Amino acid sequence: MKKLNRRSFLKGGLAGGAAIAAVGASKQAVAGTHNFGGYPDSMGVLVDLTKCVGCRTCEAACNKEQDLPEPDKAFDDPSVFEERREGGLPRRTTEKAYTVVQKYDVPGREHPLFRKVQCNHCNEPACLTSCFVNAYKKTPEGAVIYDKTVCVGCRTCMVACPFYIPAYSYSSAINPVVKKCIMCYDTRLKFGRPPACVEACPQEVMTFGKRKDLLKLAHQRISDKPDAYVDHVYGENEVGGTAWMYLSDVPFDKIGYDTHLGTQPIISYVKEFLGMVPMVLTIWPALFTGFHLLSNRKDALKNDDNKS
Amino acid sequence: MGGRKKTLLGMAALMLLTAPLAAQSWAAEGPGTVELGSLANHYSAVTFDHAMHTGVAASCAECHHHTTGLAPIDPNCARCHKAGDKANRVACKSCHSDKRFSAEDLAKIEGNPLLHHKGKLGLKGAYHQKCLGCHTAMGGPTGCQDCHTRNDKGDAFFHSGKYTPAPKASAEHGGGH
Repeated sequence: MKKLNRRSFLKGGLAGGAAIAAVGASKQAVAGTHNFGGYPDSMGVLVDLTKCVGCRTCEAACNKEQDLPEPDKAFDDPSVFEERREGGLPRRTTEKAYTVVQKYDVPGREHPLFRKVQCNHCNEPACLTSCFVNAYKKTPEGAVIYDKTVCVGCRTCMVACPFYIPAYSYSSAINPVVKKCIMCYDTRLKFGRPPACVEACPQEVMTFGKRKDLLKLAHQRISDKPDAYVDHVYGENEVGGTAWMYLSDVPFDKIGYDTHLGTQPIISYVKEFLGMVPMVLTIWPALFTGFHLLSNRKDALKNDDNKS
Repeated sequence: MGGRKKTLLGMAALMLLTAPLAAQSWAAEGPGTVELGSLANHYSAVTFDHAMHTGVAASCAECHHHTTGLAPIDPNCARCHKAGDKANRVACKSCHSDKRFSAEDLAKIEGNPLLHHKGKLGLKGAYHQKCLGCHTAMGGPTGCQDCHTRNDKGDAFFHSGKYTPAPKASAEHGGGH
């Protein structure tokens, strides 16, 4: 039998590695062309940032609809726009506020720009992918909802979310869980009604409708008034598309939007790895235990020979 | 000429009948004041001084688009309604739905593939975008309560007035990782 030396072992390893890489590459190519793209008739919201005046009626409506705790300050108190958390960043969503309005002073723009932040309800949500107790669900209506009774509070979804949306009930000592916007699914969306914030907005900043119709509307608004908007519908393609989409007159990277997220759903980046996990967990232990026993058997036999 | 006047008069009478809240005194070009109260919930109704605003606006089309029969201001509207298209009723709520995004509203839009105005604003959006847009551009009042005072229900909704939360010793910034 051919003796296995280090050189031949490495050679074999290289060839095997190349084969695995080739298989991996071809799989990735297939994954690249196959996108779920969302439920065909799912609903969405088109947010026209050029219309927002920062009145925070949406925040008040969300608080009431979701039965959230009393806010720290009145909803007509503009001082919240100046609040800064660590890193000089504006307010974000919390366990007490599933939506917040941020103010941006854009150089050269006559008035400040206001940006409403809430869950974007991704077509293929990273929070859902990351959750190991399957608490999350993307409903055919378009909402990303979650079952707080199974949430174990691991906060992986908070790390996975590319928009930093899920918040955590740090105030709860006994059963802290993740908290976020559910697009008013329980009380409104599943009955065909728009989210409370959309209905409350005096300026009709938000348009509620089928996502595919909203996309047409968004592009029509841009082509009707090309000087009033940047030619980008944020959320059309970002991370595989989101139910909430945005129009702006200021480039999105200037007003806190991440424009480097790419168009692939977050799951595409981990699909290959996650597919390997069951194999690693089931085959590898048996395989390496076998190797271990084999090499030990040689030693054991040798010991037996020495003894006899 | 006389026939046209008659129709105008007829239109005015029709509007008076169909809009019970629309007001009483009529100037040459429409009502003197209009009570805008169909959406009143957290705020009181707005008493809109129509006569004053006709003096400020360059044309009726500034607010009424093409419905008063004048050329529309927006070049996008002029693509179809170049010389204006007179409508029988010119009140905002005649065209802008007060039930925007309701199931009926969405079905109406979806059920008519030829409908051009698919993104037509609801009544609340139309009021605020038109009023606030012009007030911002012309330096008019822009505060919520400059036009309509908030009622007690509104104060509770906004957690303001007597419902303002007691100030806390230290501001919380929870929610981070």
